[in-house]
Order: sequence, then structure tokens, then C-alpha cells
Amino acid sequence: MTNTLHRFGDADSFRDDYVVFAISCRGKNDDGAIPKLRKFLEMALVFKPVNLGDSRHGGALRASKSLNPLSHWKRNHKPDFNGVIEGVNTLTTAAAVFDNLAAAEALTKAVREADLGLSVNISTSITGAEACCAAAGIPRHSAGYSLGFEGKTEHLPNTDVLALSTMCGHGMVSTSFAKKMIDWVKEGRRTPEEASAYMTRFCSCGVFNPSRACRLLEDARTRTK
Amino acid sequence: MRINPDKCVACGNCTYVCPMGAIYIDPAIKRATINDDECVECYACFNGLSQEHMNPTLVRGMRKLFQMMRLRFDPEPDVCPTAAFEPNELPWPRVVRRAFSDPRVPHESTGIEGRGTEEVKTNDISGRVTTGEVGFTIEFGRPGVGVWMREIQEMAWALARAGVGFEKRNPLTTLMTDVPTGTLRPDILNEKVMSAILEIKVPVSRTEEIIRLVWDVEKRIDTVVALGVGARCDDDGDETIVAPILEKLGYKLERAKTNIGLGRITNAIAAAAPMEMVQS
Repeated sequence: MTNTLHRFGDADSFRDDYVVFAISCRGKNDDGAIPKLRKFLEMALVFKPVNLGDSRHGGALRASKSLNPLSHWKRNHKPDFNGVIEGVNTLTTAAAVFDNLAAAEALTKAVREADLGLSVNISTSITGAEACCAAAGIPRHSAGYSLGFEGKTEHLPNTDVLALSTMCGHGMVSTSFAKKMIDWVKEGRRTPEEASAYMTRFCSCGVFNPSRACRLLEDARTRTK
Repeated sequence: MRINPDKCVACGNCTYVCPMGAIYIDPAIKRATINDDECVECYACFNGLSQEHMNPTLVRGMRKLFQMMRLRFDPEPDVCPTAAFEPNELPWPRVVRRAFSDPRVPHESTGIEGRGTEEVKTNDISGRVTTGEVGFTIEFGRPGVGVWMREIQEMAWALARAGVGFEKRNPLTTLMTDVPTGTLRPDILNEKVMSAILEIKVPVSRTEEIIRLVWDVEKRIDTVVALGVGARCDDDGDETIVAPILEKLGYKLERAKTNIGLGRITNAIAAAAPMEMVQS
């Protein structure tokens, strides 16, 4: 799962984007890991995440298999964080997404104290992750750098679309849909919050950051790059 | 994936949500249709669209009426009103598309969902990349472009010729018929996937050589590449070996995934050996 690594943007654009996730290592610490993964998500919930994810089952906003047609007029866009936690029933990657550094730092401190024994990673700007480690008083173990996108980049869309769609590293938020949501916000057909919620539902491991998406959509409303 | 023509009402919502742009309204039959060649079986349409179960005849009638009156119904954009998407049985080798494209499906070879590899995320336990080494994740098709296996083949051959070892616990490595030469199974080469990762590690001294090799192959394949570079930090948490090499090559390091080193071996019979590389 490199699904959180290659988000498009510079370091400053990740000021409201911190993904902290826990994962077990096959054959090394996966026995009895499921309750620990659940515990990690419970701890994260205290610090008010903007999304929680279980890579096997989804995030805090999910598509419905039996939507009531009246939902077109009154859609429920409220994330179900407890549903994510309760749904963890198999080995998975458990992720918590925050839109502020203080919360990410606080969770880093908390997981250190909890000593779950799982691998914990922070995906954000390099300086943001260093700040989290400093706050918790732990040195970084390893770094996985994103070198961005290269090759036939002429196939890529504009930067606003790219910033939105790459928040699902598995590619489930299509560039066409992200463009459509920008257009709908520009036209005043939907609010950034509504557009963000639609996109969030497509991210099947719950690492899409709806808060950052709102900011990006608001920025794109008046000037699309 | 298939779209049931008896249910589809050609609302067009699905045409936007397909990451590969492979769904379109066929003007001849007035139904949403999938370009099977381009579809990577990611299931974004089936899993991501909410489903209503409305009567197709009723919806078509309403749409026709609104159209005649030049009225536009403003439905939710992430809904299939008639639940028209139906997963179908995927034979070999088409099933490879789904394995590499639907993030909810774990790879049989590694048991891991997504791209099917742990890379540096569990490095504090696995020791996959140690001091003096650099790990590369060379990911093809991301973001949102997709890649044919035959294009990955080009890179795998080039890396093998350079004498690098492929990570054993990686789905692409398990699909190689001849790992020392980086040769993928011939029957999968015409399959397109959302993205896939070749995973290697080399001594730090080879970092620049490998990146230049990747740059060279990138020119010959018709997709995008996302490069990830993993390195072990020192006891103070600093990483001052690999980052300067990358910066010298022109990369501006903005984002990283940082393993904070809290993992430990807890399984009773866990083997403490590091992850195994397959040397060519």
C-alpha cells in the first residue's frame, strides 16, 4: 500500500493532510493483530480525524447498496467513524486522517505510549512527519520518499484535478469525476463539502482527506489551474 | 464487469467515475457500455457508486419527458439509479486485471491488498531496507493512467540486465517465469491494470545509476511512473545519505511516508530473517 505516498502537491499543500496508519507484518506480528488495529483506530478517534479507514472494508463514508431515492434531496454525508472501527475483522491497514498537525502529533505520542507492537507510519510532508516524531520523542526509523510523477506526464490532468484525485492512491477517485466536482462547485450546483463527500465514498481504504478536498475545491472555484 | 442493458437508463453518471474512462453511452443502443479492452476491472463503478433499485422503465420515461421539456433533473452524481452493474466471472488471465486494480482484493501471492506489498511500511520489523541500502518502488500507471503488463516487462528486463534483485514478496515478482531475467508470464502481457509496482533494492552507491536507468526506460513506455525511494534513518532519525543524492538529481523532496519504528516481533514462531530478495 503506497496509496498515501504519491499525493500531488508541495510541502505547504500538505499542511492540512496527515495520514497516520498502522499495519502488521506478515508472519512477524500478525497473530492477534486485529484487536490492536481496532485499538489504534479507537485511539485516533479521540483526536477528531476527518476520515478513518480499513483498507479491506472502506472509510467513514461509504457507498450504499440500497440508497433511498429520496436521498437526492436529503443526502446523509455524516461519516460513520464507529462503523469503521467495529468493521475491522481481518488483517488490514488501519488509517486515520487528520487536517491539523497537533492532532497527528497527539496520536503519535499516544501510540508510542500504547506500545501496540504494530508498525506505524506517517504520510505527509517530510517536515510534518519530523514534527510528529519530535513531539513523541522518537527518531524516525525509515523514510519512503515520493519522487512524484514522471514518464509520459502528458497523460495527466491539470493540477487541481490531480491534487484531488491522487488523495486516493489506488485511483478510485477518477480524474473525470474530480473535474466534474470542481465544475459543479464552480457552477454553484454543489458545495465543496457535498462534492468532497461524493469523492470520499469512492476511496475504498478511507485515506481520502475530505477536509483538504474542501479547501482545494474552494481554491479551484475561483481559479482552476 | 458488465452493465445490464435491461437495467441501464443511460443517465451517464458512471461515465465520469470510471478511472480508465472506459465507460461510454453507446449512441446505437442508448445504454452505458464498457470498453472491455480498456477496463481494468477495478470495480470503482460497482463499489463506488451507490445503488438505487428503481424501475428502469419508469426512469427512462421520466428522463424522456424531462428531455422533451428541456428540463434537467439534478441527481446525485455518485448513484446508479437502477443498480445496473453486475460483476462477471473473470477467467485467467483477465483476473490479473482485478488483482492489480481493485484495492479491496488481496493478492494471493502476498496476502496484501492494494498493490500487494509492504515495502518500508514494516521496515522496522522486516528489515527489508537496511543501512547502506536503498529500496525502490517503481510504480507504473499511477495516477489514473493505467499500464499494460507488456510495458512493465520493458522495465523489468532493463533492471534485470543491470543485475538487480526483485523483492520476492511482491505480486509482480511472483508472475515472473524467469526472475533472473525479469521475464513476466507471456499470457499476461496483454492485460491492462490500474497500477503495479516493481520493487528492488540496491546498495546506496547504485542509486543514481538505477534512477537514470528508469528515466531511460520511461521514454519507451506509454504511461506514467511514480517512483518511491526507501531508506533507513540513522539512530537520531536523520536520513542524510540518500536524500542528497536524490536532490542532486533534481528531485525536490516534499512528501514521504515515515516509519516511526514502533513495530516489534510478537508472533511466537516468527522468523527473524530479513525479507528475501531474488538475485539475478
